[in-house]
Amino acid sequence: MTVPTREQVTEHVTDDEVEPFSTWTGRARRWMLKKLPPDKLLPESQPSYVASWIYVFGMGAIASLAVVIASGLVLSLNGPSWWHVSGLGHFVNSTHLWSVEFFFLFMVVHLWGKFWMASWRGGRVLTWITGVFSFAVSIAAAFTGYLLQTNFESQWIAFEAKDALNAAGIGAWFNVADLGQMFTWHIVLLPLGVGAIVAFHVILVRMHGVVAPIDAAEGDAQLANAKEASK
Amino acid sequence: MVPLLALAAQDGGTVYLGWGAFTIQLGNFIVIASMVVLFVLALVLPFPKGRKRP
Amino acid sequence: MTTTKPTRRENPMSWRTGTGIAGRPWKGALREYDLFKELTIGLIAVILLVLGASALFGSPDDKAVSLKSWAVAQPSDFVATATAELGGTSETAGYGPPYNSTPGATQTLGPIDLQTLAGVKLPIDTAQAFVLGPLSSLPAPPSGVATWKAASADQQTAWTDAYAKALDKAKNHDPANVAAGDYGPVPAMMRTLTTMATQGSLDSVISAQGKFYNLDYTPAILFMGDGAYLNDLAAGLHLSGDQWGMMNETGNYPGQSWLWLFSFFYQIEPFASLPNADIVVVVLVALLTLALMLVPFIPGLRSLPRVIPIHRLVWRDYYRRR
Repeated sequence: MTVPTREQVTEHVTDDEVEPFSTWTGRARRWMLKKLPPDKLLPESQPSYVASWIYVFGMGAIASLAVVIASGLVLSLNGPSWWHVSGLGHFVNSTHLWSVEFFFLFMVVHLWGKFWMASWRGGRVLTWITGVFSFAVSIAAAFTGYLLQTNFESQWIAFEAKDALNAAGIGAWFNVADLGQMFTWHIVLLPLGVGAIVAFHVILVRMHGVVAPIDAAEGDAQLANAKEASK
Repeated sequence: MVPLLALAAQDGGTVYLGWGAFTIQLGNFIVIASMVVLFVLALVLPFPKGRKRP
Repeated sequence: MTTTKPTRRENPMSWRTGTGIAGRPWKGALREYDLFKELTIGLIAVILLVLGASALFGSPDDKAVSLKSWAVAQPSDFVATATAELGGTSETAGYGPPYNSTPGATQTLGPIDLQTLAGVKLPIDTAQAFVLGPLSSLPAPPSGVATWKAASADQQTAWTDAYAKALDKAKNHDPANVAAGDYGPVPAMMRTLTTMATQGSLDSVISAQGKFYNLDYTPAILFMGDGAYLNDLAAGLHLSGDQWGMMNETGNYPGQSWLWLFSFFYQIEPFASLPNADIVVVVLVALLTLALMLVPFIPGLRSLPRVIPIHRLVWRDYYRRR
């Protein structure tokens, strides 16, 4: 297969057959559409080998993340003391806890699956790296959440965690005993971080497509005869 | 249940399983066990046949 | 994608795009896939699971403790700790940066001393912050404060050392059972401080730090942590570092099981008894996380999926119909 020339690509994605793009915006649009055309971003089909329950866990993690954010929004809008004094508040706190547990549960199974499928193959290493990064940033986000519970656990976790952070020299800037600071990290900075990295991760998956089976070869039925093999 | 993993302690209703220095709280054990179970099930359970696309 | 033929055999487990099937857009058989439908079903399923778990199990909420609950529950421990704060022998007093500069107190990794590098950015003078300051804020500060401030540093140390030893020897460590001795104004100051604590005003004074608005609970948490009260409560709930506490939750609720690796190192030697255990474990876990991120580049590790072919289950239909 040959790499399409720039002119061929331009021709394919735009109606502008004669004029090259002269604006940053135009050139950016062309690049984006080349990397991720709409039918790749929102496809109606998947390769035939995407046929296993292992593939639902990434999506399960994203669905859980949506519930985490929604329940978190309700909690933060009502302030950190709400759940101690309100039955509804306590229930929303429970949904926040359990959606987080499900989030990590699905994410870990997704990670195990992706490792045993060697999903970094074929130029997908950035997808793998952003995935692990999402994991790490999520752990940090979850940790700061515990500090906002304003109960015994928050006190104890703050007391213990300060040692690791002080030893690393960042304890004064990331003061786990400062509720105001931790609130900003937990409801603004870290959710934005998780959201951005997960979005990037998903875009990479859409760009590269789901990785083919290990040892897939040219002679395989599903490749050689597309119509025949999909029975 | 893994035979090595026996009741290590029970502190006022909270259950801890484990052996030797390794104790795990019941809640965490269930979460981790669920991860393993779901992973195995995802691998072995049959997946519905999809519709062909040209 | 490349048009040149590879000059050597390509590693099928490589992360590179390469010339293999994995690096090219799939041109083979397809199956129908409804992204939005799957997302919707997934969202509904998760919402039901979460609502179900929340209704069945709820979530834990162990009430916060305070200087008041401490002084009421364990007055002896409170007095012993306050004496150590006054005498500068408590753990916080000897912590080093960011609270104060105590030589030799920091956790280092060989020549690297990040803790000192950060500087004393959250300065706390334990005697002033936890004893003298609160006592001075009273409408009629006890005379002991003036006596204390007028004494020399050596005299102050002598008083607190003697009183600390006497408390240790006293029956039940009860200040009321302390033997007679030269403790200066210390016992009287401790009595007043304990009264402030049991009445609740000590919590307000130390939390407020002289301000109307204050969300920084550092002094109160450090003060409580210096005693046995907070630590014993945590140990009772299996939340201590050497009880896998980092990943535990109170009751039977799941905690942060994903912190298993971090917790693990604190359970085993040599890490458990290292004076700089925290920085060692932090660096170790950071390196291991980095290694996980770089698995595609690590020979051997990246070939493991081929050696243990779990993938043959995932793609069994594909392999069967080749």
